[in-house]
Amino acid sequence: MTVSTKKDHQLVELFLSTQANLDKSGLLIELKSAAKSSLDETGFPTLKEEEYKFTNINKRILDKIKKYASPNTVNNIGDVLEANQLFNSLEGYKLIRNNGVFEAELSSKSDGSFIVKPFSDLNSDEVKEIGSIETINKDPFTALNSYSFESGIRVEIPEGAILEQPILLVDVISADANGECVHPRAYFHAGKNSQATVIEITIFLDESPVFLNEVQEWNIESNAHIRHYKLQDGHKAELGVSNTSSNLARDATFTSVLLSLNGEMLRNNLSININDTNCTGNMYGIYMLNGKTHVDNHTNVDHKMPHSESNELYKGILTDQSRGVFNGKIFVRKDAQKTNAFQQNNNILLSEEAILNTKPQLEIWADDVKCSHGCTTGQLDEEALFYLRARGIGKESAKSLLLYAFAGEVLDKITHETFKKYCEEIVHERLGAIK
Amino acid sequence: MSKDNEILEELTSREYEHGWSVDYEADEAPIGLNENIIRWISSKKEEPQWLLDWRLKAFEQWRKMDEPTWANVHYPKIDLQSLRYYSAPKQKSKSKKISDIDPELLKIYERLGISLNEQKRLQGVAVDVVLDSVSVGTTFKDTLSKLGVIFCSFSEAVTEHPDLVKKYLGSVVPATDNYYAALNAAVFSDGSFCYIPKGVRCPMELSTYFRINAANTGQFERTLIVAEDQSYVSYLEGCTAPQRDENQLHAAVVEIYAAKNAEVKYSTVQNWYPGDKNGKGGIYNFVTKRGICAGDNSKISWTQVETGSAVTWKYPSCILKGDNSIGEFYSVAVTNNYQQADTGTKMIHIGKNTRSRIVSKGISAGKSQNSYRGQVQVMKRATNSRNFSQCDSLLMGDQCGAHTFPYIDIQNPTAKVEHEATTSKIGEDQIFYCNQRGISSEDAVALIVNGYAKEVLNQLPMEFAVEAQKLLALTLEGSVG
Repeated sequence: MTVSTKKDHQLVELFLSTQANLDKSGLLIELKSAAKSSLDETGFPTLKEEEYKFTNINKRILDKIKKYASPNTVNNIGDVLEANQLFNSLEGYKLIRNNGVFEAELSSKSDGSFIVKPFSDLNSDEVKEIGSIETINKDPFTALNSYSFESGIRVEIPEGAILEQPILLVDVISADANGECVHPRAYFHAGKNSQATVIEITIFLDESPVFLNEVQEWNIESNAHIRHYKLQDGHKAELGVSNTSSNLARDATFTSVLLSLNGEMLRNNLSININDTNCTGNMYGIYMLNGKTHVDNHTNVDHKMPHSESNELYKGILTDQSRGVFNGKIFVRKDAQKTNAFQQNNNILLSEEAILNTKPQLEIWADDVKCSHGCTTGQLDEEALFYLRARGIGKESAKSLLLYAFAGEVLDKITHETFKKYCEEIVHERLGAIK
Repeated sequence: MSKDNEILEELTSREYEHGWSVDYEADEAPIGLNENIIRWISSKKEEPQWLLDWRLKAFEQWRKMDEPTWANVHYPKIDLQSLRYYSAPKQKSKSKKISDIDPELLKIYERLGISLNEQKRLQGVAVDVVLDSVSVGTTFKDTLSKLGVIFCSFSEAVTEHPDLVKKYLGSVVPATDNYYAALNAAVFSDGSFCYIPKGVRCPMELSTYFRINAANTGQFERTLIVAEDQSYVSYLEGCTAPQRDENQLHAAVVEIYAAKNAEVKYSTVQNWYPGDKNGKGGIYNFVTKRGICAGDNSKISWTQVETGSAVTWKYPSCILKGDNSIGEFYSVAVTNNYQQADTGTKMIHIGKNTRSRIVSKGISAGKSQNSYRGQVQVMKRATNSRNFSQCDSLLMGDQCGAHTFPYIDIQNPTAKVEHEATTSKIGEDQIFYCNQRGISSEDAVALIVNGYAKEVLNQLPMEFAVEAQKLLALTLEGSVG
């Protein structure tokens, strides 16, 4: 459907010349050339296209990153990690990426329940997997990532492995003062009956402009249960795009919790493909925005087979001139009878200039299903505020208490205690700052 | 299950009740669409120059527009050049009095169950009937004119009340609003005009009945309702068309203007020919309906029961400009066989303390696709605005689809907006409960569907509610899978 103009093509060419194909192994050459032709053909979307209707990527991303450089790796990030409080408080299998490039030295070594390898070590079957779940035609930024990533990682959680400790996926970003583009890429394979939690955090060494364009693919085999937590708490010059896709086999579960707290502009595309019966897909998120932050969450659950369930809860607190965009799609295909799909999006607007655009979308082709979606936008309940104030709690504390309760519903979905505590603390701190 | 299928079979094969057509002498424009046709229509209707200019300007703009493709409907491209844009029954006299109307035409309406004979009609409803391209008669004109209410065909309004028409025409739906609205502005043939003066509460329901009779003709009518300060009117619209194998195009425009403290209630029972059970034929219903609550404390309420048409593309909207104004939208959209409906509303909150309420009930059966597409927009100035939306879908059978596309755009922190949607089917337990109490499966479905749609049907004026309930039963009974 994309009608690209000549201008788009110039832009694409410019990108392809600056965001050069950096994969030295040459293994993924087919994916990369396909990504290039896909970008050539479609260009980048404009506001006229439904998927990017409320997010002007030309103005917000493309115009800026034209001038950005390709990523460089920096030395001594070991010291940086040492000094990071969150990183040190978490224990688990460490996967460190230095400006998108895997740091084998600093990362945990593969063992019986966790195998990691860079894309350059992939065998021919594994090469085919890359780009099979998050296909290049799904989003232009996926194509851009596919063309530009330097080296991705493939993580295997073998059959039957139950990981007691989480996998920590840590991106260390240190950008050039004029801006830099980073394209992290990862593929996860969760074998049958395996269980794991992944915590994804980003550590910024400076506040230079950076464009973080991440793609993550998840192949979740039968009866595997995966929890994925991601914290987006960067700085006001961060442009972040993430595309995460997962395929679920029979009896599998995928739970995603996403906290978007800071950045200049964040766009998160999350899709869950329910390809077999008795699967559960959960998507939870909080976006707490201030300043001029723009966060755009697009989620997509595709129920292709019967007897599965999906739950979605996204909550937003918007202050200052921030803008929140939410688009949740639920597809229930013809064969997906007995599906239960629930979606909820609640928002609180606290300032005159904040803008919210939300579109909870349901598309249903099966009759024996229970599907519902709800969406609310409003303010704090005056009566609840009065109740607290009548009991001697100051206006600001009362407000922050109520907001904390509002956000708490999503925070409670995090089951990793240390990480949950950390998230609660930063959310609490942020709420305290709201006047 | 199999019994249900039998009932379904029997009912879906039921013929469309209004599928006949009548031969009468007609004045027709040549087939095709160009500037000359527009001039032809305009001169045929003896229109003033400003209206012709307005049409030509719209046509000029329309030529630059592309057919919209965003709606969730699929149909072969319509060849607008193969349509006839004007067809009118030849009338022996120019008089608009009911007694002077050709008895042949009156028979058409009698067959539809609409008697134009004032004495025989239920008291309390004035009707303007539009056959193909023109209005053939308006009832109760004298009674209404005593109160200062103007209710006549659009052409008559252009001749007799040019100032009013000029002032309000295109003020709510501009000539170049969208592809079909622009096309309508260029070629519209007739329609109804209604003006309620200040402080008048219209004593009876006003109604327009549209009928397409001629083949290969597009119907493009325009309705303009103006309610002055403190006035009230309830307006009804009904429509049918003969059963033909080709698809026919209906692209209408409805504009409502509500001044301070005015209230307009607009109800539609849309029963255009939906095509046969294989999806052949049927009306393409691409309609632009919009009302503006221009004055403070005004209210516009849309109620629609959509059962017909092969493809429906219709979003009755409210612009809530005046402070404390209210917009309402109640809809039941039923699709069966291969019907496709993409319908919903837009509530645009501009004024302070504006309120809107959306209740949409979609029912899909057979192989049909039913979409709700709606927008609630709260502008910066609209403090304390309130919206509640509810859109429910009921699916019957596993071949149909229900889709919801609600857009919610908020720019004011004091707005309270709620949206909820559910999708369900008629539960076996519900049917069993009825069966146990001696109610047949078929009656049980009718009962449940009527209960499901009650919230909307309750909004209809009494005369229409009966028709709507009958229609619902006809379209749906037994469609349970």
